[in-house]
Amino acid sequence: MPLSDWEPVIGMEVHVQLSTRTKMFCGCSSDYLAALPNGNVCPVCLGLPGVLPTANESAVEKVVKAAVALQCEVAEHTKFDRKNYFYPDLPKGYQISQYDLPIARGGSLQVGERTVRITRVHLEEDTGKLLHAGDALHSAEESLVDLNRAGVPLMEVVSEPDLHSAEAARDYAIELRDLFRAVGVSEADMEKGQLRAEANVSVRPVGESALGVKTELKNINSFRALQRAVAHEIERQVDVLEEGGQVLQETRGWSEAQQRTFTQRSKEEAHDYRYFPEPDLPPLHLDGAWVSHLRQALPELPARKRERFRSQYGLSDSAARLFVEDPDRSRLLEETVAAGAEARTTANWIIAADPKLGPAHLAELLRLIEQGVINRDQGREVQREAEASERPPQEVVQALGLAQVSDENALAAVIEEVIAAQPQAVADFRAGKQQAVGALLAAVKQRTGGTANLKVASRLLRDRLSQ
Amino acid sequence: MASISELHDRLGRREISAGELLEEQLTTIEEQEPRVHAYLRLTAELARAQAQAADRLFREGGPVGPLTGIPAAIKDVLSVQGVETTAGSKILAGYRPPFDATAVARLKAAGLVLLGITNCDEFAMGSSTENSGYFVTRNPHDPQRVPGGSSGGSAAAVAAGEAVYALGTDTGGSIRQPAALCGVVGMKPTYGRVSRYGLIAFASSLDQVGPLSRSVEDAALVLEAIAGVDARDATSADRPVDFLSELEAGVEGLRLGVPREYFQVEGLEPGVRSAVQEALRRLERAGAELVDVELPHTDYGLAAYYIIAPAECSSNLARMDSVRFGLRDESAPNLLESYLRTRRAGFGPEVRRRVMLGTYALSSGYYDAYYLKAQKIRTLIAEDFQRAFRDCDAIVSATAPTVAFEIGAKMNDPLAMYLNDVLTLGGNLAGLPGISVPCGTSEGLPVGLQVLTPHWQDARALRVARAYEMVRDAA
Ligand SMILES: [Zn+2]
Repeated sequence: MPLSDWEPVIGMEVHVQLSTRTKMFCGCSSDYLAALPNGNVCPVCLGLPGVLPTANESAVEKVVKAAVALQCEVAEHTKFDRKNYFYPDLPKGYQISQYDLPIARGGSLQVGERTVRITRVHLEEDTGKLLHAGDALHSAEESLVDLNRAGVPLMEVVSEPDLHSAEAARDYAIELRDLFRAVGVSEADMEKGQLRAEANVSVRPVGESALGVKTELKNINSFRALQRAVAHEIERQVDVLEEGGQVLQETRGWSEAQQRTFTQRSKEEAHDYRYFPEPDLPPLHLDGAWVSHLRQALPELPARKRERFRSQYGLSDSAARLFVEDPDRSRLLEETVAAGAEARTTANWIIAADPKLGPAHLAELLRLIEQGVINRDQGREVQREAEASERPPQEVVQALGLAQVSDENALAAVIEEVIAAQPQAVADFRAGKQQAVGALLAAVKQRTGGTANLKVASRLLRDRLSQ
Repeated sequence: MASISELHDRLGRREISAGELLEEQLTTIEEQEPRVHAYLRLTAELARAQAQAADRLFREGGPVGPLTGIPAAIKDVLSVQGVETTAGSKILAGYRPPFDATAVARLKAAGLVLLGITNCDEFAMGSSTENSGYFVTRNPHDPQRVPGGSSGGSAAAVAAGEAVYALGTDTGGSIRQPAALCGVVGMKPTYGRVSRYGLIAFASSLDQVGPLSRSVEDAALVLEAIAGVDARDATSADRPVDFLSELEAGVEGLRLGVPREYFQVEGLEPGVRSAVQEALRRLERAGAELVDVELPHTDYGLAAYYIIAPAECSSNLARMDSVRFGLRDESAPNLLESYLRTRRAGFGPEVRRRVMLGTYALSSGYYDAYYLKAQKIRTLIAEDFQRAFRDCDAIVSATAPTVAFEIGAKMNDPLAMYLNDVLTLGGNLAGLPGISVPCGTSEGLPVGLQVLTPHWQDARALRVARAYEMVRDAA
């Protein structure tokens, strides 16, 4: 059967680090990259004997925000559980997570034309990091443990198997990223490990309703890798089945170097996590009024914002996406437009020049270009100077003497000089060679140090030569 | 031997300095230790500095409380900053916590003079202190016998005059049972009364910190110092702390519940039974009304306890993994071997037994049959107590079914050992406050009277125990 006779079925598990000030169960900073290894730890996140966790309320709030943005039902009663396993990056020998009473269940996310059902959203803690002197823990001569990241709040979002292509899996993850950024729960930068996607992939003949045997893909560090890993895995499974083989239920890793998936752990080696309720943390009661307040306070979500940028600002689909994935950028766009700038000009300038200006200054800069006071190249220079000095662009233009020379008397004088200096070009023009104007204008530009308003100069030159 | 308030008065009148009191204590320790072996390690240097600080306060009229300058001991499961804290286990040999347990920090703030760290069953698992990874502590009343456990070192130290008071921890009776066997007062407060922060966990949902002392009033004074909500322990409760104002209110008009089941438990020694019955008669004469109550699920308590406690401990002890602190077998060729060898070498047989029991009980496919069922029984037991407390103000019984038994007598029979906790562990499963107060002897060895009261009625348990102390000592 050709590939098109097989239907891929994909469900996603996405882990997201929450952008809280402190870790999930202690007072250490959740900005774990800032410190030297093991410099961002305390007795609690080191798992020393006798320490106890205390739950970070802000992390709970962020999960509830994400959950209502995903249209989930938020639990009134929820609790933490211990997930038990031994690993050197897990200081307590268990991860505090949520098992049978997650904070939220039963939501959905629109990805393009398709609605992906969200199974559950829960809160847990991140592990530390291991550095092996060798390939892997078990073959390494020596392994180093850095617990700076241990205990950073982690939200897990599990979807139903509602995705049917590698591209859809990637788009789902991108949509989640945009959503989490929009509601302010995470930076969700995949390259920084703030968003980690795992895909459960199976294939079945088109028209078949029973699910095939699935594999779980891990080690995916970018959206592009996600798409490639899923695409590769779909092809691999189809190959196995077409050759009469069976797909084995297992965890597979994605090798970026080899661009293929490989067996990490078979089903037989799967852990028995011995979940049980965390006795150190009382169950949480989530107040219904508080949850509805958070629901009402949600900002505009990415899908709607993209649509508005297209219809109201006339942006292309790809431009709208570029803005919506970066809430700071889209805020700058909206506020600059509100300050009087034209939407598409503003959008193009932001995409091309990545200004670090406030909306008022950016609007002023764009106005100076629009009015012809400066040209676009000068605009870049003014932007750089305004960013550095934090002065308004108008002031910068004056201070640098950058304004285009549009003054007709000043330009006329320069034109006289040029005509006197280039009699041959003047003769050519008068003989009917229109392109001779170009040489003369270039000379005007040169003599004014590039500040001449060439539109005005061109008109004056033609008038003068026609006399 | 003097009580805390007597010593406080003498310190206040400058009849004795904290430094002198400390040296007296150290001399007693030197005399008693070869016989008792209560202490794992002494902290004389730290104690001298603390005594000096206390004396400065008394001399300069600084703020002093009832515990300022009073020498005390702490069970080896409570973290003391910079002092080796091992939970009676070889696996933590050499571990010095970089922080104080909240109960320890509060005692330090109250003027603690820390004599040393007392022996206990490894990770508080045991009823005789024979499971210590270091050595066996002996009962001061008969060195051939156990002091009880797991807080056996703390109980023996107080009984032998080697400390004015001590801190212990109680998961299934680990304060009350050794207090009974050593003839001292021991109190397990309501679950949530005292912060567990810094207490090396055995079973998190059952563990509580509490005092062992020579008198009920001393226990109340120590409890006042350590109780109260703590931001570092999410299971600690914000409840008013007052254990003294009702202390002398007596038992007149109080209904004391006598649970039939607690007088029918397997192995209840006749001498223990008659000592307790005599105590109840005296309380009755002092004006209490004795009422029969029922605790019908008592028989299931032991089974439920020996699933829940091991389940929690199997998880709590996972952090003893040789990676960050404690013992490590450097010769291990790989990670798995490092875990296995370290834990085999570091844990004693009882700890290994309970970790295996608990791991099994939580395993996929067994969880519902064991852990979940045990939790249901736990609820039934708590409901038993709630019903019983409709008819009475406090429940009274023996603390332990036996007097102190001979060293080695139960070491090869874990079930017989576990049965020693059958009257105390209900209080832990239900989270209730309970106190053991000495009530005479059987075969020349101390017997304990246990008083259990409803949640947060710690003051009432102390009051009943104090009333008994009055009628006992008046006789
Ligand atoms: Zn920390």
